[in-house]
Amino acid sequence: MKWNSFSEFLAMGGHALYVWGSFGACLLLMIVEPILAKARRSNALTELKREIAARKENVNENF
Amino acid sequence: MSNRIVNWFKFASPQTFYPLAGKMIPWFWALTAVFGLVGLYIGFFVAPTDAQQGEGYRIIFIHVPASWLSMFIYLIMAFWAALGLGFNTRLSGMMASALAPTGALMAFLSLWTGALWGKPMWGTWWVWDARLTSELILFFLYLGFIALQSAIDDARRADKAGAVLALVGVANIPIIYFSVKWWNTLHQGASVSLTRSPSMAQTMLWGMLLMALAFWMYSIAVSLTRVRAIILERERHAGWVEELKELKS
Repeated sequence: MKWNSFSEFLAMGGHALYVWGSFGACLLLMIVEPILAKARRSNALTELKREIAARKENVNENF
Repeated sequence: MSNRIVNWFKFASPQTFYPLAGKMIPWFWALTAVFGLVGLYIGFFVAPTDAQQGEGYRIIFIHVPASWLSMFIYLIMAFWAALGLGFNTRLSGMMASALAPTGALMAFLSLWTGALWGKPMWGTWWVWDARLTSELILFFLYLGFIALQSAIDDARRADKAGAVLALVGVANIPIIYFSVKWWNTLHQGASVSLTRSPSMAQTMLWGMLLMALAFWMYSIAVSLTRVRAIILERERHAGWVEELKELKS
């Protein structure tokens, strides 16, 4: 292990802002993007369920 | 041979690809986690402090993978776009659309981490240098592709217009890649090249390669998730969609 303490690790030799600013942004975006992608799919599924239900209702009314 | 062609066309149909993608996604997430954790461990705990840049150089472990992927994803996106334009296959356009936001994210990360690396090392967040400018153009190409596609209501026409833009933009990729050779730039030359041995410590190189693999697996996982959403959106009138078990509950 090259770090003597946790605070030394956090300090990144004086480059904390730049190193953690980079890794933080990366982590944040890589959490948000999959959530958005999954939400898009579940939205599509909800829409589809509604459409199919509406179509079935139409068929029943025609009888 | 003919057998193989038939098989590829089979997987090129949204109906076959949708469940296949669903099965593959968890595996790509698992690979992302494994490569990412090992890569981060090497990047933060094994790789030595850089003689010139101190600890600040550790940004390389996301800057280089994000930059590579931003270019690589663009090439894959353009490949699918060209395939869609040439063969009029439905899935191709959906793949291209699914890749664009992830490519844009990678290009953004490349620029963002580059700025945060440039400030302490060069003393500036940004310069209008050939490498940085061409990467910025790449970011705008992704945004342009997304904007163009969302401006056209008819999905097939949106695919065609997007494909033309994507193919024209391919010219920018070699410009980014060779910019550090062709012009005198502030940006350093390639750390890893195909023609000579890497100019960096072995452990740094391994950390970077593992992180690049993690980013690659991440990109596949998230764009497969997105392509599944796009398939549902576009194929909503197809009979097979109604038969999906996700819709039965």
